[in-house]
Amino acid sequence: MPTKNAKGREKKKITFLENITLTIDDKIVSVPNGSTVATAIFARDPKAFRRSVLGEPRFPFCGMGICFECRVSIDGIKHERSCQILAKAGMTIETDE
Amino acid sequence: MNKITTEILIIGGGAAGMSAALSVAENSDSGILVVDDNPKLGGQIWRSEIGAIRSPEAKKLIEKVETDEIEILNSAQVFAQANEKCLLAETRSGAVELHFEKLILATGARERFLPFPNWTLPNVFGAGGLQALVKGGLPVENKRIVVAGTGALLLAVAEYLKSKGGNVLLIAEQTPRAKFLKFAFGLWREPKKLFQALRLKRNISDVSYLTDSFVTSAEGNEKLEAVHLTRNGKTWRVDCDFLACGFHLLPNIELASIIGCKIINGRVLVDEFQETNRKGVFCAGEPTGIGGVEVSLVEGRIAGLAAIGRKEKAKELFAKKRRAQRFADSLNNTFSLRGELKDLPVEETIVCRCEDVSFGTLKSYTTFREAKLQARCGMGACQGRICGAATEFLFEWKDTSIRPPIFPVMLGNLAQEFKTTNESR
Repeated sequence: MPTKNAKGREKKKITFLENITLTIDDKIVSVPNGSTVATAIFARDPKAFRRSVLGEPRFPFCGMGICFECRVSIDGIKHERSCQILAKAGMTIETDE
Repeated sequence: MNKITTEILIIGGGAAGMSAALSVAENSDSGILVVDDNPKLGGQIWRSEIGAIRSPEAKKLIEKVETDEIEILNSAQVFAQANEKCLLAETRSGAVELHFEKLILATGARERFLPFPNWTLPNVFGAGGLQALVKGGLPVENKRIVVAGTGALLLAVAEYLKSKGGNVLLIAEQTPRAKFLKFAFGLWREPKKLFQALRLKRNISDVSYLTDSFVTSAEGNEKLEAVHLTRNGKTWRVDCDFLACGFHLLPNIELASIIGCKIINGRVLVDEFQETNRKGVFCAGEPTGIGGVEVSLVEGRIAGLAAIGRKEKAKELFAKKRRAQRFADSLNNTFSLRGELKDLPVEETIVCRCEDVSFGTLKSYTTFREAKLQARCGMGACQGRICGAATEFLFEWKDTSIRPPIFPVMLGNLAQEFKTTNESR
């Protein structure tokens, strides 16, 4: 039976998310399970996800796997789109930072 | 190579793709496979969010698709066609052959982005782009955010960011006030949309919504620090942490194009039953023209029914489609782009983000092909998905040479594909 608030509306269920731990550029980062790899990298306050051809720092831009600005190396595989891949415990991520 | 064989293959697990899958499942015993590049169903509009409950409409649809006799292949990117009845997709565990009898393309849309000085700075995002990242867990609490560009999406994005604790400073909508008001007053014909709009307005009543205004440049050392805006001749600067800037949507037509479907004005050509010029290949939702979620749902149903030969039943949906299309047309007309946006890039503004090709360099070319061959514009990882739309707006260039693989593929998987296609010859 869902709980209801004073107005009789269903209360929103608050879910506490389990954290998972992964390695980003040799640092341990902990994020809620279900986060994307991009989120985990943001949690490190990075200088860059990738460096452009001219060496500019780039961050995720389109958020949906189209622009390829969020490319990083995941478990040794280069050019993976961090915004489209869910973070998994034990992953090793390398940015161009 | 791994092989999956199905009767009805649906590419895209958003509104149109799920709707198509359900209409096939409810009206036939055909085997159905839905392939999507995201880790979860829902497409862009119903992108899954960690720890959150989805809208009731999306939840109902996704649950139905997941429980019915529908196979789902997530995190798989279709990149080429092996033969007329087989597509190739890349998954994290290698390439896979997708054999089918009928094909429904529901590849959705992406945001259109236009270049302005320093738009490549970290923390400048697309509008839907920032929303998608936040859904993936990026915190925005107390971040000062400017939402800008054009389209009804800006309002939805602002409301969403605010609900996540973001400090939305203002919404800059480039469309003229008169056009916007005409659209807003027209909403009485669409009670459901009007209700949504009123709810939106209530939730973001403290955020200024400025028509006739747009971002002229971004500023910052290593990351975004401020944006410059203009409105009716007046210009000003706003300090902010994030900029969410998108200019309405563009159909994803790359897959349709490489398998031989006719594309006209950037849209996949279909008949009233959503069938393309390739017999047995259907297309539904945004690739046939930006129409929004209602059009996508009804086109998906029509395509599903037509694919299993239930054309009479599909016809019953035509009136509904026409109605949804009317609203979509008024949206597209309201948010058409103003010419001044063409004047924003300066010589050194990067237009092609993959290859760092500047506006100054591009100006000396006359076609997209020439810019590609001479300056590598559009030759990088995104394959012109971002700069193609930008140069179409800026220079009226058309990218007419879409070739497989339509997404970058690992060499090992490409080699596998090569072997397979050669063997079948």
